[in-house]
Amino acid sequence: MVTYLLTVLILLISFLFNKKKTFKAMKIALKKFKKIAPAFTLMLIFVSIILFLFPDETISRYLGNNSKILSMFLASLIGSITIMPGFVAFPLSGILLAKGVSYMVLSAFTTTLMMVGFITFPIEREYFGIEVTVIRNIMSFFIAIIVALVTGIFFGEIF
Amino acid sequence: MLKNHKIKIVFVGLYFLFLVISYLIGYIPGKKIAIHFLSFLSYMIKILPCAFILIGLFEVWVKRELIEKHLGKETGLMGYIWIILFAGTVAGGLIVALPVAYSLYNKGARLSIIFTYIGAAAICRIPMTLFEISFLGIKFSIVRLLVSIPLVILSSIFLERYLTSKNYKIVKEK
Repeated sequence: MVTYLLTVLILLISFLFNKKKTFKAMKIALKKFKKIAPAFTLMLIFVSIILFLFPDETISRYLGNNSKILSMFLASLIGSITIMPGFVAFPLSGILLAKGVSYMVLSAFTTTLMMVGFITFPIEREYFGIEVTVIRNIMSFFIAIIVALVTGIFFGEIF
Repeated sequence: MLKNHKIKIVFVGLYFLFLVISYLIGYIPGKKIAIHFLSFLSYMIKILPCAFILIGLFEVWVKRELIEKHLGKETGLMGYIWIILFAGTVAGGLIVALPVAYSLYNKGARLSIIFTYIGAAAICRIPMTLFEISFLGIKFSIVRLLVSIPLVILSSIFLERYLTSKNYKIVKEK
């Protein structure tokens, strides 16, 4: 709601300064949206199927594994293929933490969730091409693993 | 390409047909998938139209020279600092970051800057980080930011070098 109010406000200011430019901006917005709409539809379909296959209970079961390193890898895989907004992901992480899941595992989960976009693949490919998309996501995956390992060291969970 | 397009249309059609049939016969997994679809769609509707309007305004109002000067080929450390601060304030995660990055690129921002932007938009959004702190503690967030930001910058520079050596160009809009 706030986002809409703000956008309308900015749009109004733009309109007062220059009508023509504002209309052009609206046209650009529409054109860009149309162009990416098919990829968005595909993404939404993937999201719905993947969220069905990985409900919260399944995620908690996999992340609460005894072996921390194995859990961390599982967490990073689950984080890579699922997508959820922060206001869902962090409360879930909070619950998992209370259940005894380690910080290292949660770090792997939340970081891959945010950085690696298996589901956003169709959209990213549309903008930057397959090669860049693949490389960027693989690099992000390893960054997330490094972040998780350092987190594990800082919280005394590895050594 | 055309064939690929047809397969997609058939796939999307079958998907919706599956949802409708599931609804009619009360097939639970199909209903669950439909609920996920709708809830994510409504989440997207809350953000996306605004994001695209703002991108449109950005393209009309912001001068190319400005972007080139601060985020273009000659930019150094300051460019990365600017873009990370900017990324921190933008909502929506990857899905919004991708079209914004694309616009920045078309306005003359260098590749390493836009990849840093995508990475930073994923990990350093301020509202999200505050939320994270409240659930997982400040130590967790600080470790995550301190480790990931330098890695994001380094990997972006690496990716830019690799792509430049291959003469890569992002497809420009027609």
